[in-house]
Amino acid sequence: MTQPVLSVRNLRVEFPTRRARLVAIDDVSFDILPGEVLGMVGESGAGKSVTGTAIIGLIEPPGRIAGGEIFLSGKRIDKLPPAAMRRIRGKRIGMVFQDPLTSLDPLYRIGEQLTETIATHTDLRGAALRERAIALLSEVGIPAPEHRFDNYPHQFSGGMRQRVVLALALAADPELVIADEPTTALDVSVQAQIIELMKRLARRHRAAILLITHDMGVIAEAADRVAVMYAGRIVEIGPVRDVVSAPLHPYTRGLMGSIPKLDGALDRLVQIPGSMPRLTAIPSGCPFHPRCPRVFAPCPIHRPELRPQAKAQVACWLYHPAPSAQSEKPATLRGGSP
Amino acid sequence: MTAASAPPLVRAENLGRIFDVSSPWLTRMLENLPRQFVVAVADMSFEIARNETLALVGESGSGKSTVAKMVVGLVPPTTGEVFIDAMPMHGRRRAAERRRLRRRIQMVFQDPYASLNPRWRAFDIVAEPIRAFQLAASRPEIAARVGELLRLVGLDSADGGKYPHQFSGGQRQRIAIARALASEPAFVVCDEPTSALDVSVQAQILNLMRDLQDRFGLTFLFISHNLAVVRHMAHRIGVMYLGRLVEIAAADALFRAPRHPYTRMLLDAVPDLDMSGRQRKPVEGEVPNPVDPPKGCSFHPRCPFANARCRSELPPLLAARAAGAVAPTGLVACHAVEEGRI
Amino acid sequence: MVEQLQVPPLRNEGRLAAALDSDLLHAFLRSRIAVAATLITVTLVLAAVFAPWIAPHDPFDLRQLNLLDSHLPPAWLADGDPRYLLGTDDQGRDVLSTILYGSRISLGVGILAVGLAAALGIVLGLIAGYAGGFLDALIMRIADVQLTFPAILIALLIDGTGRALFGEHRNETLEFWVLVLSIGLSFWVQYARTVRGSTMVEKSKDYVLAARLIGIHPAKILFRHVLPNVIGPVLVIATINLALAIITEATLSFLGVGLPPTQPSLGTLIRIGNNFLFAGEWWIAIFPGITLALLVVAINLLGDWLRDALNPRLQ
Repeated sequence: MTQPVLSVRNLRVEFPTRRARLVAIDDVSFDILPGEVLGMVGESGAGKSVTGTAIIGLIEPPGRIAGGEIFLSGKRIDKLPPAAMRRIRGKRIGMVFQDPLTSLDPLYRIGEQLTETIATHTDLRGAALRERAIALLSEVGIPAPEHRFDNYPHQFSGGMRQRVVLALALAADPELVIADEPTTALDVSVQAQIIELMKRLARRHRAAILLITHDMGVIAEAADRVAVMYAGRIVEIGPVRDVVSAPLHPYTRGLMGSIPKLDGALDRLVQIPGSMPRLTAIPSGCPFHPRCPRVFAPCPIHRPELRPQAKAQVACWLYHPAPSAQSEKPATLRGGSP
Repeated sequence: MTAASAPPLVRAENLGRIFDVSSPWLTRMLENLPRQFVVAVADMSFEIARNETLALVGESGSGKSTVAKMVVGLVPPTTGEVFIDAMPMHGRRRAAERRRLRRRIQMVFQDPYASLNPRWRAFDIVAEPIRAFQLAASRPEIAARVGELLRLVGLDSADGGKYPHQFSGGQRQRIAIARALASEPAFVVCDEPTSALDVSVQAQILNLMRDLQDRFGLTFLFISHNLAVVRHMAHRIGVMYLGRLVEIAAADALFRAPRHPYTRMLLDAVPDLDMSGRQRKPVEGEVPNPVDPPKGCSFHPRCPFANARCRSELPPLLAARAAGAVAPTGLVACHAVEEGRI
Repeated sequence: MVEQLQVPPLRNEGRLAAALDSDLLHAFLRSRIAVAATLITVTLVLAAVFAPWIAPHDPFDLRQLNLLDSHLPPAWLADGDPRYLLGTDDQGRDVLSTILYGSRISLGVGILAVGLAAALGIVLGLIAGYAGGFLDALIMRIADVQLTFPAILIALLIDGTGRALFGEHRNETLEFWVLVLSIGLSFWVQYARTVRGSTMVEKSKDYVLAARLIGIHPAKILFRHVLPNVIGPVLVIATINLALAIITEATLSFLGVGLPPTQPSLGTLIRIGNNFLFAGEWWIAIFPGITLALLVVAINLLGDWLRDALNPRLQ
């Protein structure tokens, strides 16, 4: 059994605000194996970006990790001191953010930025350093890398810049790459190119990729497995093929139904009534129950946990025996919503 | 779909817009630089019939937003003219005629966070067109109308007292739609109205817009970069690349049998959510810089079918037939299609 | 199909409750400096406003003056007189009363001058930012030229011109307004620049386009749509500017070109007292000086805090 590159167990992140305690993610657990792409999909406020930020230890105070553990190749990283975390960031975990325009420093040539990153995390210097940088640029598909080495970020197009950002993320050959909405700011024709590139790089470097996005289409193309997030929890996780074509959780069903598709003629889109709850007032029991078309007795009271179902895992009382109203302790006692 | 005899509600004739992006005069003098222009839109001609939705699809730099702004009169065209119900938008006219024209056109913008004044209450935002066009006289009348509009878009009339920051993105877009309907327009231009919204909210808004179109007989010009969204909204679709129309056809025809290589590429780039295992062929290259477009057909650097003629000669929009069809199914600007090569 | 609304509808009385509950008020109450600065400012302002009622004497009523009471030190010193708490000056005027009346003048000039500067600057800034092109360039070049001169110099210039113009017809009220005008005109540039920048950002936003679409007149767009969104930084500038305006007035009065001695402001008092400093009668200059310093520091601190507190919200 290969050891997972990233292992997250029962992660909980809170943001204390003046009025109430905001639970951004609650009891989130998943693994990513080497060379695997795990997609994390959800709408605004579902907590997917917070998960990525928590893993690399960049949650801004007063927000904090309030529970759970994060393991990188077996070693625990959520409680590391800042200096140790800085060494891990970049070397063992690479980040790709949404906006390539702001990810690169406009004042420095991209060659300099690349060599600086490589030099920080490896022992390469001088000519070997430059060669490695050029090789990376070539690997991400920048044409004529020896010449583009001396260009500034503004001389690149959006898609090219994102390739450079990928090169930067892979510069130190990390075990894990966290990509937060890497294709959202790009044109649709470029998105396909970048997704292809990311998959190829993951396979070649045996890196694990956590792909965070709201775009189910990107997930369907790029990910091997997908975790669907809602109000800070994972409601369904499984192989992409199964989750996309045969979703189990009613939220996933509603989500897939509301995505416009090319073959649907002028018919109505499925719509989920209402909107995602504010994170300071998450409903009791299953957080989706106020909007769920299949809600029944245990849903408002008991919070479902992820349990295996077919080839996936799903947190829904439709699939697992629900506790009877009298016997079970209510969900709030187990550190659920405030 | 549309009666051939009824005149179109909207007609754009040869619309074009050039932006001057030259450096300031002093810089040009000192550094001996030439003036620089960007052709944002060129040769745009199209018609929209009553109660029809025409979609304009394109990526960044295609000029679709500029076309939208020209059609509503926010940006004056450099060439060409827009006719609403046979009335020209930019000719010199008396103020009363211009106001009548303005009343018939409205717009829904892309960014729900920038399209509502953060310091105004929802009530005043929706009431502004009513007051501007004097559609109701007294305050109670205005209040009744605003309440009705808010309910029409799925909000509560009591929401009028709130400020925009108290609403979610989807709710703000509903307010924007209510504002657009307040002047009882005939024609609404929607500039990427759901691009900034979550996918489940997008579904609500798109359904709402279609319901309103059916109920009030509205005509839509729908701008988007997302072909799948457009599939659900449009009767006819125009594909734009670097400021020009490259293909325009009925929605069915476009999706079933796309002619222009760029249209095919766009369709191919839509992700395969049916998990059919369809192989995506990512096309090389990106949209070129509009300041320095390629000669001839602007798509030729990325086109697998480009020949010498494509590199030197701009293809005109010509009627084209889908394979096996009898009558022309749309217009395509492509030498390869014209020559029968594809 | 109605979306689940998380916030109960606001009614008019709820606005006050919401303001009291706001983050801004909370941050304010937590900052001791801000609270102290506000208290001092408010005290001084109230004292100045109610001067005619709370001052023990009227220093400008010549009939009340008693030359025999002149040059008296503060009450707690040896030769002091409890009737004149802070002593008297060479004319027998009670220093405390003159400070109270003087603050009135200083604050009056300061507030009016800032009001003028703000009004002028906001209007010019709105026009420059929205119109762009030639009008923008014109206004900004005038502003640039004015910025090369120190404010004091401009105030002196306008003041001198005013005196020359009204030569024989000089009177107190006229001098007062000339002073307000001169200080106000020297400060408008800062407002104009800030407002112009914000206006340029707001004018490309969709809500302005939506208003233009239905044919709303540009002036109405500027004042009803754009102005409420750009006014935030102006309040901060105005607060800090107030302190500067008061100092400027004091400087001009000290130099002798401000207000006449019959309508003394704090600056005038300091000037008068300056003559007696070396004679050992320190109280005539020091007490007005302390008051001026306290007022200016308090307003400055309040303005500083306001700027820092409002900063993230200005985004």
